[in-house]
Amino acid sequence: MVITSDSIYINGLGNISPQKTSDNSSFLKEPVTSVTNRLACIEPNYRDFISPDILRRMGRLIKMGVASSRICLEDSGCSMPDAIITGTGLGCLEDTEKFLGTLVRNKEELLTPTSFIQSTHNTVSAQIALLLKCHNYNFTYVHRGWSFESALTDAMVQIKNGRASTVLAGGMDELTNGSFAITSRLGHWRRKPADTACLFSNPAKGSIAGEGSAFFLVSSAPGPSTYAVLSGLQTFSPKSLNNSLPAILEGFLGEAGMLPGDIDLAVCGMNGDNSSDSMYKELTASLGTSDIAAWKHLSGEYQTSSAFGLWMASMIMKSGYVPEQAVIRGTGERPVKTILIYNHYLGLNHSFILIRKP
Amino acid sequence: MGHRVVITGYGIVSSIGLNAGDVLDSLIGGHSGIGGITRFETIHKGKLPLAEVKLSNKELVDHCGLRSVRNYTRTSLLGIAAAMQAAAMAGYAAGQELRTGLISATTVGGMDRSEDFYPPFLENTSKGRLREVVNHDCGDSTEKIAGFLGIRDFTTTISTACSSSANSLMLGAELIKAGMLDRVIAGGTDAVTRFTLNGFNTLMILDKEGCRPFDGNRAGLTIGEGAAFLVLETEENALKHGKPIYGILSGYGNANDAYHQTASSPEGTGAALAMKKALDMGTLLPADISYINVHGTGTQNNDLSEGVAVQNVFGEKVPPFSSTKSFTGHTLGAAGAIEAVISLLSIQQDAVFPNLRWSTPMKELYIKPVTELIHDASLKHVMSNSFGFGGNNSSLVLSKYIP
Repeated sequence: MVITSDSIYINGLGNISPQKTSDNSSFLKEPVTSVTNRLACIEPNYRDFISPDILRRMGRLIKMGVASSRICLEDSGCSMPDAIITGTGLGCLEDTEKFLGTLVRNKEELLTPTSFIQSTHNTVSAQIALLLKCHNYNFTYVHRGWSFESALTDAMVQIKNGRASTVLAGGMDELTNGSFAITSRLGHWRRKPADTACLFSNPAKGSIAGEGSAFFLVSSAPGPSTYAVLSGLQTFSPKSLNNSLPAILEGFLGEAGMLPGDIDLAVCGMNGDNSSDSMYKELTASLGTSDIAAWKHLSGEYQTSSAFGLWMASMIMKSGYVPEQAVIRGTGERPVKTILIYNHYLGLNHSFILIRKP
Repeated sequence: MGHRVVITGYGIVSSIGLNAGDVLDSLIGGHSGIGGITRFETIHKGKLPLAEVKLSNKELVDHCGLRSVRNYTRTSLLGIAAAMQAAAMAGYAAGQELRTGLISATTVGGMDRSEDFYPPFLENTSKGRLREVVNHDCGDSTEKIAGFLGIRDFTTTISTACSSSANSLMLGAELIKAGMLDRVIAGGTDAVTRFTLNGFNTLMILDKEGCRPFDGNRAGLTIGEGAAFLVLETEENALKHGKPIYGILSGYGNANDAYHQTASSPEGTGAALAMKKALDMGTLLPADISYINVHGTGTQNNDLSEGVAVQNVFGEKVPPFSSTKSFTGHTLGAAGAIEAVISLLSIQQDAVFPNLRWSTPMKELYIKPVTELIHDASLKHVMSNSFGFGGNNSSLVLSKYIP
């Protein structure tokens, strides 16, 4: 299923990530690099966004989600969105682990409700609505590497069907010690800490774990700080479509009235894992002379990291600047009018997002 | 836009039956599925009731014609069992030309197996069998159903607590109306787990006697499990392919109560907004609704808040209403779809199913539920409410198909 549009705009951004991204006036000016196999968010002072009495009870992902949504709304100038839609692979994992852990240790006795309540997957979107007193449409998607894309799909459909003019859409996931331990055993991460500054020049088995929360104000009309036109989206599995990546891309771009050669910059989700980065090579090889950029050495890998990818692409579109440390191929001199964001999660959940200059 | 979205198939698995026919028999016979705990070991055994699906995981595997139980959580098995009925009824087959999507919903996902993984893992993070935890996430059950049915065009999962699968139906209808898909299999699935049982128990909202929705002496909900899926498509498509049409999804609305993370507002703000949105979309007046399948969990808070909202929306002419959670228990993420299927059965049978275990009116309300089966109800439009944590309120209107 391909969604296309000429009149859906990204009018605001808010991003909390392992980079210094919570201030929209600065775009990856001082990239944070380290030698590690897991990245944690650089969290802002939450008191700037949330009152202390509410803050005290909130789980970490809720804080990140609420704060990044606030940054986004302020950036866009929209104070009351017509819809709030989030995507999260695993939701408030820290609270889920806390409740499950206490349940096991205490043998089902002396449990308290707070972590159970917050473990519900729609807690972030609900808390945003509660703090805004927003009675509008409120949805949460929880589908692995398509969680954020599903939220964005719904945002586009709400606008296309005339149900909403402004949609606050975001993707968020948190990394915990427990989930890192499990995914390490599953072989998702580098065994030895890797230098994030040269992750792609040292391919090996596994990637770097990450986390983050990024929001977008998606609107039916441009605003004072419009970043891009959100012109296409597709979630797909090459295996179920029984088709090659370049052919699926051609079909996707065809629906948007474009050809692979029209892509000025491909922002790709390569993560340094030599067992699955070949898919990105297969796709970019079909793009000819497009420049290529990457983001996961900055954010780490997680279910909703494509939200970081779309954030980076939106910043590039507005500023006309491709941060040096994000460049994989090209001079960065080609004027950027069309960006394709291509991501896959564990080789299973693939997505294309297309943005254009307004 | 402007196309009518019709229902060409449905499937249901619940404590009161493994298919629509059995569920209908239980509803007509007044047989509740609420009983003791048999599925897992818990300190609440013998003290708290549950509404369990009577088959073990192994039996569900056989029931679905699957090979091995190894890769399946209970949530995915229940989901497959319901989705395969819906798909068969609508004449779905993989590889057909119609662009088909799957939208599922769940709140616990694969928690039933994570609960087995966790005790050794807590002792030592290198312990615990990984195959018990790889299916933990909510997307897993949907991927399993999509794989079983051979869905290619679009797949996603919604989790908005107890309104989750009502919201699946909404997204499905919106995708069809936008012309993005021709057909959507939409619904939800949830298994009972120690996690949810203990979670709701900490909130002290589980009725030891079995839930008594809208009763003045109600003491909480009863957790149930199950799954249901509906096949949605445009009326044009259904007619073109000569498919039987079982009803119309004529209206729906989602609104947020924005009052409290778990409690509903005393005036039922979000609930009333959702019901009004659903009526408006169907260009219906409150008087057009012939029956409301209420959310009616049996908690003090929900039933009062929902009752006030219903009174506010419908005024003095509140249509007959009942909570079929008194039969199925509260199936959480599956409840919206399960009750949408029950609403369809109501429409087809022109029957209003009773609200079991009701004896005492709520002193705060002037309305009371239907407590005896009504056979000759002549139902045109049925409203189905589903409300969840986070103030997530959804309302659907299902209508009798009139060409």
